[in-house]
Order: sequence, then structure tokens, then C-alpha cells
Amino acid sequence: MGSFQSLPDDHQYRTLSLKTGFSLEQIAILHNRFKQLSQNEETLRRDDLKTIQDLESNPIRYQIIEAFFDRRNFQKDGVGSVEEIGFEEFLTVMSYFRAPAHHITEEQREEIRRAKLRFLFNMHDTDNDGTITLEEYRHVVEELLSRSGALGRETAKGIADAAMLEVASISVGPMAPDEFYEGITFEHFLKILKGIEIETRMHIRFLNMDTAVFCKQHSV
Amino acid sequence: GQIISPVMELKMFLLVLGLLVGTGSPDMGSSQGKCSESLVQGPQTQENRTHTTHSKKPFPVLSFGYDYVRLPFEISLWVLLASLMKLGFHLMPRLSSIVPESCLLIVVGLLVGGLIKLVGEAPPVLESNIFFLYLLPPIILDAGYFLPIRQFTENLGTILMFAVVGTLWNAFFVGGLLYGVCQLEGHRLVTVDLLSCLLFGSIISAVDPVAVLAVFEEIHINELLHILVFGESLLNDAVTVVLYHLFEEFSSVGTITVTDVLLGIVCFLVVSLGGIVVGAIYGILAAFTSRFTSHTRVIEPLFVFLYSYMAYLSAEVFHLSGIMALIACGAVMRPYVEANISHKSHTTIKYFLKMWSSVSDTLIFIFLGVSTVAGPHEWNWIFVVATLIFCLVARVLGVVGLTFVINKFRIVKLTSKDQFIIAYGGLRGAIAFSLVYLLNTDHFPKRNMFLTAIITVIFFTVFVQGMTIRPLVDLLAVKKKQETKRSINEEIHTQFLDHLLTGIEDICGHYGHHHWKDKLNRFNKKYVKKCLIAGERSKEPQLIAFYHKMEMKQAIELVESGGGSKLPSAMPSTVSMQNIQPKKPPQDRALPQLSKAREEEIRKILRTNLQRTRQRLRSYNRHTLIADPYEDGWNEILIKRKKMKELEKKISQMNNYLTVPAPPPDSPTIARARLASDPQAWGLKSATESIPSIKVDLASPQSPESVNIVDEIGMKGSQPKVSEEGGGLTMKVPSPTKPRKDQTTDEDNDKEPQQRLMRCLSDPGPAAEEEDEDEPFLH
Repeated sequence: MGSFQSLPDDHQYRTLSLKTGFSLEQIAILHNRFKQLSQNEETLRRDDLKTIQDLESNPIRYQIIEAFFDRRNFQKDGVGSVEEIGFEEFLTVMSYFRAPAHHITEEQREEIRRAKLRFLFNMHDTDNDGTITLEEYRHVVEELLSRSGALGRETAKGIADAAMLEVASISVGPMAPDEFYEGITFEHFLKILKGIEIETRMHIRFLNMDTAVFCKQHSV
Repeated sequence: GQIISPVMELKMFLLVLGLLVGTGSPDMGSSQGKCSESLVQGPQTQENRTHTTHSKKPFPVLSFGYDYVRLPFEISLWVLLASLMKLGFHLMPRLSSIVPESCLLIVVGLLVGGLIKLVGEAPPVLESNIFFLYLLPPIILDAGYFLPIRQFTENLGTILMFAVVGTLWNAFFVGGLLYGVCQLEGHRLVTVDLLSCLLFGSIISAVDPVAVLAVFEEIHINELLHILVFGESLLNDAVTVVLYHLFEEFSSVGTITVTDVLLGIVCFLVVSLGGIVVGAIYGILAAFTSRFTSHTRVIEPLFVFLYSYMAYLSAEVFHLSGIMALIACGAVMRPYVEANISHKSHTTIKYFLKMWSSVSDTLIFIFLGVSTVAGPHEWNWIFVVATLIFCLVARVLGVVGLTFVINKFRIVKLTSKDQFIIAYGGLRGAIAFSLVYLLNTDHFPKRNMFLTAIITVIFFTVFVQGMTIRPLVDLLAVKKKQETKRSINEEIHTQFLDHLLTGIEDICGHYGHHHWKDKLNRFNKKYVKKCLIAGERSKEPQLIAFYHKMEMKQAIELVESGGGSKLPSAMPSTVSMQNIQPKKPPQDRALPQLSKAREEEIRKILRTNLQRTRQRLRSYNRHTLIADPYEDGWNEILIKRKKMKELEKKISQMNNYLTVPAPPPDSPTIARARLASDPQAWGLKSATESIPSIKVDLASPQSPESVNIVDEIGMKGSQPKVSEEGGGLTMKVPSPTKPRKDQTTDEDNDKEPQQRLMRCLSDPGPAAEEEDEDEPFLH
């Protein structure tokens, strides 16, 4: 978390670019957005993100906002959450949504996959114990259905239960009646989401000056 | 072992076929008629001529009037022939795995055509309006109704590029080069002018959806490639229509100006967008109509078919793209119609569409074969060979060039393997043939030559490419279609991802396609669904709808697997709720809690059932279907399923073996249904037949009991759910046993019927029947 000067510093941008993989133009654009959201301050707070109009209708907005302040997403062994973040952290979280470059090896692809799935996992695992318990999963489904009123809430529990059963039966297999399935670990999480090609689906297009040229300049 | 070996079967089959073809020949039929008629009435005619009308002629016991039924008879005969052919191919498994069905059918067509010609008749030709009005729509509707929307829209840009730019490139490349060849050739071909060549090029360059479907369905290629080639074949119809009309109009004039070209471009936009709009309008009408069909379930499928067909015909009236109208209609109406119609109607629609498209497809290929024999042909080596070569070259160049451009904009790039399959899968088919057939011989003196060339290209693509694509796919190790069922976790996370990505886009501040998709979804949910979906289901979010579908699927699986023996794999009984939450009381079940409305429904259904007599009305007349309470009764299926689950558990715990036979392996229809394009639909056999059911006759001395049960239901239902705060339970099924008002736990309630059930199962026989009488079992 370095200090960040208000003038766009080329050197700072370059280090960030190396760290996160964005191009210089993309970083400049995101920096402008950051400044817009934080009202020209150095750091961003949760309330700043809550002011975004379009997020109001998003059922999982709280989890999304939390993800920006979650230390686990900044570096590998971070714990806990922070109250405010700088541009570097903002950019780091955003980098999870970059598309993988075209010519990468299988290991790199797998690594990107794990990183993205780790991000999702962290979003679900709110108490940071390394597993998604039934309660946490229920919360996820309830949030997803939070816009559907009473109908949603009643069925959410059933859906979460069914999903949990599915994970248990895929990951662990037959269990005796007295065994207990603690919760979804990261490995199980990887397993059940194997069908979705996360590395290609979990991305958004970041604005560039010139999309065609700059997309190709980034091979991780 | 079998009594009749496959070879004998084949011989008998061929014999029957031969007889059919023989009787089908019209002249033979009518000549026979004349003979027999004269035979019966011969001796009488003399008398008739000499005597007055007072004389009585004997009553004709047997007469022959073929002309009366001629047309439907012949049509039916052809359809029967086509279906028998299809049947025949699948009796020969080795053949059908090497040669694609379309090839075999064309060969059959050739044989039949040859046969008819031998007899001295003129073989029927594939008339263009029969093809366009009757044979093509079912195939396109089938494709459009089951179009995987998500993949289609994700790849829409690519598909459009291939369809529009690719077809234009092909048309001009082939047309232009052919013109050059014709000029160079000299004496015979020099009369073919540029416009004719361009017209020919535009007809032949369009990838044919019928042929693509026929071949690609058998090779089970991965979904991306399938949707790319197939989507291209559908969307290029607009281009073909415009080019065809453009060149045809101006072929008489002989020249084309720039204004015409510009008008052509405008025309293209009108044709394609107009077709889509017409289709969408009819789709919305169909969805709206289906909202009110809850009392007339029988004719629900009819609305789907009729509105779609009307969309097609309406588009054709204005020379808009009928294919695009049909696709738009099917795709637009489907989500709403499926939310409104009953499960049986859904199955009906699915199977009717598949049946019609299958028959159409078979007839088309057979007629192609027959028409080839019919001619008229004009063979010109240079022209035909040049056409073939240019088509192939144009296709390859087009695909490679376009992919190069497209890959700049795609995240999931198309590899060279993909490009090869796309190029190789560009099959031509009956549409091209019919379009050439429509050409006016006055404007196009070389029409027969065109016809010959087109037939050659079609044969080449269907036979050579169609036959070799399967081994090539295996050789190149192209990714195949994954047969995995969609799990609920994946569905949850797909939804989650959608919202997440939309949120991130909002935070970034730019409106990407997630944002617009989200806006469209919200608009759909807020306004459109309310109009077009009946009742409560309009508010049902997608996740819940998916979950219900899954539950129903599993329940049906359970029911069809014989109920009670082995549960299907999707929700194995190996892990149950107690494994996840030991703290909760063990009788919790993973069933959704029901809303008030559904509870009311269940109560109503149970009440009506308990008042009915033992004989459930099975028959229905043509005009009404007696309101079948199981129509929307997935909840009863859930009740049954729950019972079965418990039963199974008890049985496995107590080590009793049942005399219930092992569940029959999935019949081929069901297996195919599962793998078919819509994996979520199921044929629902009468659910009650396979469950060991215990019926009761309550219009009998047991009525006081029935009253008690109703009371109990009423009582139980109105009680607030007794569950702890976090307890997710769910449905308290009213006890089926003699009402014991002191019972509070489900466990004991459930033991009783199960023990009785078990006893029934382990000694079948009249004794069981008698016992049945005592028990009010919920149906």
C-alpha cells in the first residue's frame, strides 16, 4: 500500500501496470474513476461506493463492496478487512476481472482460474475460516433472491440445502449418517465449479483508447 | 436369442417396401381399378344399355374409387416410405454409424426415382412451394424453439459476420470467377452473363440449415462450433433472399446501377429486421395467448405451432425472411410459454416438433434423390467442376479471413481446428436446389445446367463432407458436447457471476454488455413477465424456476425408475441432510417450503382426491380433458418422492429385500429425451402407475374417516410451521394413517404407512388388495 501522489506519476503507473497487468491507458482511466468516486481524496471508503446509483438494484451489492475492502484480495495472506483503500488496492481488485491473454500456457491458465475462484470463495466465506458453511451459503442464496420477496426467502433455504448436498456428494461421496460435512473447502469449490469456464467468463472489458491494439499487448 | 435375425428382418422389411412402392405408382393403381371395376360390372353393362332405367342392376358389393383418395393416399404413402426408411437404417447399426442418414436417404431417393422411371412414370419432383411451405417450416421451428439463447447471443457477432459477410464473399467470389470461366470457355458457355452467374453464386453459397442439422446432430460436436455453423446457416437466409431477388429482378434488364446496390442494402436490412419483428410480434401474441390456456390444456401446443406458422407465412407474404421470422417467434415465445403451459403440453410440443422435423428432413432428402433422377439435366464438365472447386475454395478463404478479423474481438479465440470444422461444415442442401428450380427458364436459358451443377455440389458436400466429418472430428480430437447435467451450484454461480460482473461494471463506470443485459432482464421481469405469464409464476426468479425444474426432474426420475429401489444419481441418498447439519433434528428434508398459495393448492387437490371414487377417469373425449389434478401437481410428486426416500432408507436399514423388480433401464426414448436439445423436459408417464400405490375407496363406509382426515389436513395446514429459527423445514405432510391427534412428529407418522407398504410389497397378492381397502393413502 504505497502512498500515491495526486499527479499521475508515470513511474507509479508502470509499477502498477507490472503488478496488475493493466495497460497504462487503462490505469489512467481507472484512476480517473477512482478520483471521481472518492471525491478527489486519496482513499476510498465504503460509503463512496454505496453512492453509485446503478448498484442500488444489484442484489449482491454489499458483498461486492465488501470484496473491495477485504484484505485477502490484496495479497495472498491478508486477513480481515480495512475501512478505506487506496488506488493500488482498487486496481488490484479490478485486476481479478481482466481477461486472460490469448497465448498462455496451461499452468498459467490454471493459475488464473484459481485466483478468480479464490476471489469468489472469499466473497462467500465471510468469516474467513477457509470453508463455506451452510449458513454462509444460505446467506449467499438469500441475497441472490433478495429481490423476490417472500417467495424467494422461503425457497432460498431449500436451494442452499440442495446445493450443499450436491457439493457434499460430489466431493466426499457416500457418508455414514453420523459423519458431518463441515463446509465447502476451496478444493471442493474448485471441483464443483469445474463446469463453468471461469477464466473466460469472469471478466469485463476495460476501457482503452484503442481496444484492438492494447488488448494484444498484454501477455501475462 | 432372437427368433428373427436382423438379416431376416431386413429382408421382410425390403419386401414390404417393394410392395408399397409398387402400389404407390399411380398409374398402376388406377389401371388396376379400371380392370376390377369392369370386372364387377361387366356383365351388367350390357343389360344397362339395352334396357331402360327401370332395370335393376345388382348392388356393387365391392367397388374401386381411387381418384377420390388419390392425393392424401399418395402423400401418406410417401411419408410412410420415408419413415420406414428411417426405421430401416437404425436396424442396421453398422451402416448408420459410418454413413450419415442424409446420404442413405438420398440413395434411397435415387433408387426409388430409378424404380419409378423404370416403370415408365415421371418421377415426382420436389416442388418448390411444397418445400418452402410445408417441408421447411417444421425443421426451422424445431431449431428455433430449442435454440440455446445464451450461447447464441454470446456469439452473435461472430455468427453475423459469418452469415452476412461470409455469404456475400462466397456469392461474389463464386459468381465472379464462374463468369470468368464461362467467358474463357468459349462456345457453349459464353451466353451466360454476369448477372446469371452472380445469381447462381448467391444461391449456391448459402450454407443450408437442413443439411447442417442432419450431419451435425450425429457428430455431437461441442456447443460453440455447433451454434456457430448452425447460427450461420439460419441467419444467411436474409442475405440469400435479398441477393436472389436482386439478381432475379435485374437479370431481365441486364444491368445493375449503384442505386440498385444501395437499395439492395436497404432491402437487406428491411428483410432481416422485418422478419425478426414479424416473428417477435407473433411470439408475443403466442405468449399472451398461452397465459389464458389453463382451462384448455389440450390445445396449448396447437397455439405454439399455429402462431409460428403464421409468422412464417406472414413474413413470406412480404418477401421478408421467413426463416428469421420463425426463429424469432420461437425464441421469443419460449420462456413465457413454458412458464404457462402444463408439463404434458411441453412434452407434446417437443415431441411433435421433433417428429415433424424428422419426417420433413427425411422427405426432403428422399425427394432430392428422386428429383435428381427426374432431371432435367444438362451436364457440362467445365462448369460443374469449376463450381465445385470455387465453392470449396471460397468457403475456406472466407472462413480463414473472417476468423482473423473476428479473433481480434473475441475473448475465446477460434483455433485453427475450429476454423477447419466451420469451413468443412458448410454444407449445401435442398434450399439451394429449390431456389434454382424456381428460376424461370426464359430468363435463364441455362437453368438446367445450373440445376445439374447445384445437385453435384449438394451431393458432394453431403456425401463426401458429411461422411468424412465424423472421422475427422475424431482424428482432430475436436471437443465434443458435454453431456453433464447442469448442477444447482453452477446455476447459482452463473447468476452470482452475472450480478457480480454487472456490479463491477457499474463501479468502473462504463456500460458494458453486462449492464445492458441486466437492464434488459430487469425490464423483462418488471413489465413483460407480468403481462405474459399467468399467475404467480410471473414473479418466480430464474433460480427458483431452475430449482423447481430440477426437483421435478428428479422426482420423475425416481418415479420412472420404479420408485423405491434405487434413487437416481443426481441426488444420491448417500449424503443426506443430517450429514450437513447434525444439530438439526433428523427428520428435516431438503424440500422447499411452500408458499401459501401452493399449500392451498395442495390442500385443494388432496381434498378433491379424497372425495373421488376409486376409478379415476382415464378416458377423455376429443373436446375436453377432464381436469387432471396432476397437471401442475409437481408438489404431489414431491410428496411421493419424499415417501419413497424414507421408504428406501428404512428398507436399506432394515435389510429387507423387496420383490419389486429392478428398475427397467431407461428406454431409448427416455435416454434420447434426456440428451435431446432441451434436457429439462421429461415425458411424464402417468406417475401413479409405477408407484406401489395404495388406493382407497372412500365413498364407502369409511366416510367418517375421510372427514377426519380433511379436518386434520385443515388443522395441520393452518398451524404455523413448528420449526426452529434456522430450521429449513418445509413440508409437513398430513398423516395418511388413521388420524392420531396426539402425533406431533413426522417420524412416527411415516413409519406406519411404510411398514404397511413394505408388507404389501413383500407379499403381493389378493391379501394386499384387501389391506389396501383400509388405508386412506394420499394420491
